[in-house]
Amino acid sequence: MTETVTVRVQRYRPEEDQEPWAQSFEVPYSEDLSILDALNQIKDQQDPTLSHRWSCRMAICGSCGVMINGEPRLACKTFLRDYRGKDALEVRALDNFPIERDLVSDISGFIDHLETVQPWLIRSDEQPVSAGAYRQTPEQMQRYAAFSQCINCGLCYAACPQFGRDPAFLGPAALTLAQRYNLDSRDEGASQRMNWLNAEAGVWSCTFVGYCSQVCPKDVDPAAAINQGKVASDINYAVNLFNILRGKDDA
Amino acid sequence: MNAGDAPDIRALQADIVIVGGGGAGLRAAIAAAEANPQLDILLLSKVYPMRSHTVAAEGGCAGVIQLHDSLDAHFDDTVSGGDWLCDQDVVDYFVHHATEENLRLEHWGCPWSRKADGSINVRAFGGMKIERTWFAADKTGFHILHTLFQTSLKYPSIRRCDEYFCTDLLLEDGACAGVQAIDMRNGTHTLIAASAVILATGGAARVYRYNTNGGIVTGDGMALAYRQGVALRDMEFVQYHPTGLPGSGILITEAARGEGGVLTNSDGYRYLQDYGLGPETPLGEACNKYMELGPRDRLSQAFWHEAKAGRALATSRGEAVNLDLRHLGEARINERLPFIRDLARTYVNVDAVHEPIPVRPTAHYTMGGIQTDRHTATALPGLFAVGECASVGLHGANRLGSNSLAELSVFGRVAGEQAAARASQGPAVDPRRLLARAQDNAAGWESLREARGGEHLATIRDEMARAMEDGAGIFRLPGQMQQTCAKIAELKGRYRELGLVDRSRVFNTEWLNAIELGNLLDVAEAMAHAALARKESRGSHQRIEDFPERDDAQFLRHSLVYRAADTPRLDWQDVVITRSQPAERHYGAAGQQESKP
Repeated sequence: MTETVTVRVQRYRPEEDQEPWAQSFEVPYSEDLSILDALNQIKDQQDPTLSHRWSCRMAICGSCGVMINGEPRLACKTFLRDYRGKDALEVRALDNFPIERDLVSDISGFIDHLETVQPWLIRSDEQPVSAGAYRQTPEQMQRYAAFSQCINCGLCYAACPQFGRDPAFLGPAALTLAQRYNLDSRDEGASQRMNWLNAEAGVWSCTFVGYCSQVCPKDVDPAAAINQGKVASDINYAVNLFNILRGKDDA
Repeated sequence: MNAGDAPDIRALQADIVIVGGGGAGLRAAIAAAEANPQLDILLLSKVYPMRSHTVAAEGGCAGVIQLHDSLDAHFDDTVSGGDWLCDQDVVDYFVHHATEENLRLEHWGCPWSRKADGSINVRAFGGMKIERTWFAADKTGFHILHTLFQTSLKYPSIRRCDEYFCTDLLLEDGACAGVQAIDMRNGTHTLIAASAVILATGGAARVYRYNTNGGIVTGDGMALAYRQGVALRDMEFVQYHPTGLPGSGILITEAARGEGGVLTNSDGYRYLQDYGLGPETPLGEACNKYMELGPRDRLSQAFWHEAKAGRALATSRGEAVNLDLRHLGEARINERLPFIRDLARTYVNVDAVHEPIPVRPTAHYTMGGIQTDRHTATALPGLFAVGECASVGLHGANRLGSNSLAELSVFGRVAGEQAAARASQGPAVDPRRLLARAQDNAAGWESLREARGGEHLATIRDEMARAMEDGAGIFRLPGQMQQTCAKIAELKGRYRELGLVDRSRVFNTEWLNAIELGNLLDVAEAMAHAALARKESRGSHQRIEDFPERDDAQFLRHSLVYRAADTPRLDWQDVVITRSQPAERHYGAAGQQESKP
């Protein structure tokens, strides 16, 4: 007999359900089967009404973030084999986001936060393209390289207790994106970004739990980015204070 | 709405609507915003832009930058790589602007990999005589897409409709006057009147069973244009990438070979030397246009012969050959190919530092698409198309790796500027004039949502994907091609008897998948009929049994497929030849001799 695995999937259909509930499906076990493959099999063969987001199935598009046994994970990079022999395998929509339907979360607030942090290269002297590339050594690139690997999957927001308490908190990915540009040797926008980095929803809201970095599927380490942002914000505060004391109030 | 009422329509207006938020769509949006900041630009996509499939491109993006390289050399490689089916005026424009666009991406923050002195680094790629492929490790498409998305946020005139599914083009007085889309959050049918519409919806390799593409790559824009009488051009040319993971089809970049990786069969033999690509190059010394750096069509065809001769490896995930990177060493693999190492570990449980990666050809890229002129304009006034969904005439019968990422920027910019010029001449039509048609369309989509026939969505999709692989794959055999055409016709009939279960309006992916399947079937039909009509072998279109040779006398022409009631109508268009007369394609030692003065 074929070995099967029971997958409990969260369902929520706003037109008929008062609140989310769980539905169990039996999925044939195979070594290669990802949770995403399992969800697609369920949709194809058992219940076409199941809704979930996915596309690349290779952990680069960031669509398929869900809670798997309570942990934020990419469904395409998590496998049935990792849960073999465990009592349960439960898939839910990402924590800390409103649920649109089934496993589909409303991530629009997170996207707004990404847009807030001016995530583009800011220069005081924009060079024409005909002048060629800005020079940047591999060592200079290394300073921000990890922070540029974020796929915007939102797992770190599902992991962040502060974002759970206060959706206005800019959160791990957005603060990391700001730091990615602040650390880029070609960028001169750090002082502009300092305004909201210092603000109430910025780096100081982070209580440094560090769970965001643990769940990141791309080793971006947002906790480190936020901590660096705090140091930068501290220095900015100290410089401003120093200038104010010297009567140069340009803060 | 109550049953029997006309569906509710939300009406919006913009100067330019761009459908698709990948590299081409975003580049077009930025170009339009820069060309005329007064224009209201609406970027509409069925996914958040950074989910678009540009994100999965790995290896790199072409542009001449080395002193010993030349635009002529890039032109020659592209035209011969495309087996002379490229429009040469388009190729000229492309090679002249690719580097400029790569530099612009650099100025916008794209983290191109660098040399020790901080200047841009380039790597070798298949079919390219000199290294001219810019790269950002092995996540080039990811970095380009995120750079473009983030840069687009600078422009207040670019609005977005994220997670809107475009269902129809709306015409008025013989011109494209807007689009219609479903707001996926609540199912609302939304019409957007616009002076110019740009389709940038990507490819269609999801018509095949094994493919490198994301689930969203369903030929939507191609089908939208096709249904309005616009020709799909060169649809028979579908690229099989020689190195996908067996089972899933996940892409293992050509850069793995550009960096020195080699392909071996079940005897451990570098079989490419038997297919006109040799002599064998020393291990770790990749040689441009030799062996593993031959073009993709030739490499995929070589696999087919090896498998037929019983020299493929039998793996639990199907037949494969070995892609061996071990001699590169851990440090280089980590620096240049970190994503490949991660993918192989995750999806086939192989550490490329210690073991070869099993690979096989998988459907990857549609060379053809919506017919446009070199300014990205379609035959329908007001409608532009760019990127993989379009056929601007760049890739001919076989695309060279790293030309398509460059295409997104070069022609994305053209599309944005052309659309801006049109939109600057006058406002969009009053949306009320489009309302009646939009209501008719919406009624059709609503009846699909309510469909109660006996046919099953996933079954039709899987039968289509298998039929395309059988009759429109790496080699096209006469009987199978006919069967595939018949099968697609049968499936289109059965599609009309579809039964759906999900009646919801909220993020109803069964409904959206059904619309996508309709798109895929239209595209599959165009591909299969174009393949049948092209009675020769050229580039990725190989008919080894009935027409094994290239036939320039009859087929140095683009195919055009027009939609018709029963079977599609075929027509032909001359190729633009400016300065490179068709010749034999040679790689390996034969190519070397040819290029000597």
